Amino acid sequence: MITLRDVSRTFVLGGESVHALRGVNLHIERGEYISIMGPSGSGKSTMLNILGLLDRPSSGTYELDGQDVTALTDEEQSRVRREKIGFVFQFFHLVPRLSAAENVELPLVLAGAHPGERREKVMRLLTEFGIAKRARHRPDQLSGGERQRVAIARAMIMEPAAILADEPTGNLDQHTGGEVIHLLEELNARGMTLVLITHDAVLGGRARRHIRTLDGRVEGG
Amino acid sequence: MLTPDIAHFAWRSLEGARTRSLLMVLATSIGVAAVVVLTSLGEGARRYVRNEFESLGTNLIIILPGRAETVGGGAALASGRTAHDLTIEDAMALRRIRGIEHVAPLNLVEGEVSARGRRRDVPISGSSSEIQHIWGLSTASGKFLPPQDPRNAAPHCVLGSKVARELFGTESPLGQYVRLGDRRFRVIGVLAPKGEFVGVNMDDMVIIPVASAQVLFNLSSLLRVGVMTRSREDVPPVKAEIARLLRERHGGEDDVTILTEDAISSAFDRILVALTFALGGIAAVSMAVAGILIMNVMLIAVAQRTSEIGLLKALGASPRQIRFLFFAEAVLLSAVGGVLGSVVGQAGSFVIRRLFPAVPAFAPLWAVSGGLALAIATGVAFSVVPARRAAALDPALALARR
Ligand SMILES: Nc1ncnc2c1ncn2[C@@H]1O[C@H](COP(=O)(O)OP(=O)(O)O)[C@@H](O)[C@H]1O
Ligand SMILES: [Mg+2]
Repeated sequence: MITLRDVSRTFVLGGESVHALRGVNLHIERGEYISIMGPSGSGKSTMLNILGLLDRPSSGTYELDGQDVTALTDEEQSRVRREKIGFVFQFFHLVPRLSAAENVELPLVLAGAHPGERREKVMRLLTEFGIAKRARHRPDQLSGGERQRVAIARAMIMEPAAILADEPTGNLDQHTGGEVIHLLEELNARGMTLVLITHDAVLGGRARRHIRTLDGRVEGG
Repeated sequence: MLTPDIAHFAWRSLEGARTRSLLMVLATSIGVAAVVVLTSLGEGARRYVRNEFESLGTNLIIILPGRAETVGGGAALASGRTAHDLTIEDAMALRRIRGIEHVAPLNLVEGEVSARGRRRDVPISGSSSEIQHIWGLSTASGKFLPPQDPRNAAPHCVLGSKVARELFGTESPLGQYVRLGDRRFRVIGVLAPKGEFVGVNMDDMVIIPVASAQVLFNLSSLLRVGVMTRSREDVPPVKAEIARLLRERHGGEDDVTILTEDAISSAFDRILVALTFALGGIAAVSMAVAGILIMNVMLIAVAQRTSEIGLLKALGASPRQIRFLFFAEAVLLSAVGGVLGSVVGQAGSFVIRRLFPAVPAFAPLWAVSGGLALAIATGVAFSVVPARRAAALDPALALARR
């Protein structure tokens, strides 16, 4: 489903080049569960951003579902991102002024879905994730674990092909983190492709396939 | 994204930043209110002047001796020509013209009137019975100047209400005599109070036959001749006929100026409309100030909401959508500000109308709608830069910050 060919990403910072990714090749099948581990600054987030079309490779190609997405315009990329990718972040990134339900609804709103359809989908997902009672609460009224559940629900609402999670447990205690991983694994068990960045070797070890990044290169890809 | 959703989302973000939003609404509304109030003042002045002229009568023609169109008085003098006098006979000749209802010769002089040892400096009009219709005068007691040959210097007069009271107190002045210069005039009527009219206080006025005024003050020419046509439609042909007739009588020279209410008031009208536009324009400048404020505040908003914008992109918002969201905020803000401003502005003109009833300060429709449109245009125009900046944000970078 996902194929990176010789992907490099170079940042120019104050006249100096930082090679965040160097000639990465990676193939991910639909439904896979992959963990990416590696020291800080080794290029994990950069790779995930490229997979999620939040960033473009400096060189190399990225094929998603048989389509070379590096050639797409920003507008076209945002459409692909909306339909195929769900993001989960370390810092949740919920919109503070919106309720849990409204946060989950946001991708549907951006996609132009109609209110009736939206409400039904949102409630179904919140119920499934055990946070239906929190639907009207704002993020600052939720616990960390609840916030991440809301964020995962939001990532799932468009029924994407893949979930990309960048240290989703980085801001949670071990117990809550475990629950969140459990939820993600459940989704994977139902066929969702899952790419998980983590610092935690135990959590990372649960994935069926492990990738290690080091200084912009990938081992085990 | 559905339009109501765009509006709703924009509204929620504005709600989320109350102070900022109120500031921008305030700036915009001040601009719009300024446009509304200032143009209503200009329009009030225009209507005031127009009303003044219309109170003169819309079917009025005024003839003055001398040509106003010559390039200053100097040109006429330099060529050695003296304008023909405008005479009582000229005025009488106009009677022949079809479409004329009233003709009144007029002289106006400041002079002293005395009776019973009391003296007053007053405006003294020399005219004929028909000035009553042209000025719309009525008598409180006695009668007005009787219709008679205007060349007849009869020794009678009509007193304004105030001058009658000041000279005779509560006693009736009818049949009494007043002294003007070295002549005595019998009082035959007292005017009903009228107040200020065409720049003269009618209540101070003493009116005598025009021939008497010419003898008394040794005048050869009339100050002017007032003509009232039967209808407004008669004004242009009558005006042309007056010009032709007086040219003939003055040896082929165009040496009178013929004014119509319409011509004068439309000249004033043009000036005051221009003034109103200028006032609106000046007020509109304050909108530019509001615009710059909006831009700065929006730029701050973009900076503060960097991670939110990054998130929206991660959730699939296109750069176009992001721009639209910011535009929507600007349009909402400036529309609210604009509506508020026009309400405040209308209230302001209402207060002006209350304080100065003579000035009908109504903001013209073009100013109200123009002010609103300008406010929204300003909001959109000055949010282009912030909206672009938001749309161009690198989402990866935006999300890296917490
Ligand atoms: N926008 C950026 N500008 C400049 N340098 C960057 C940027 N993003 C990442 N980097 C650099 O690229 C390298 C890889 O970063 P990142 O992918 O965030 O690492 P990780 O997620 O593994 O900690 C680091 O050296 C980081 O400083
Ligand atoms: Mg990282």
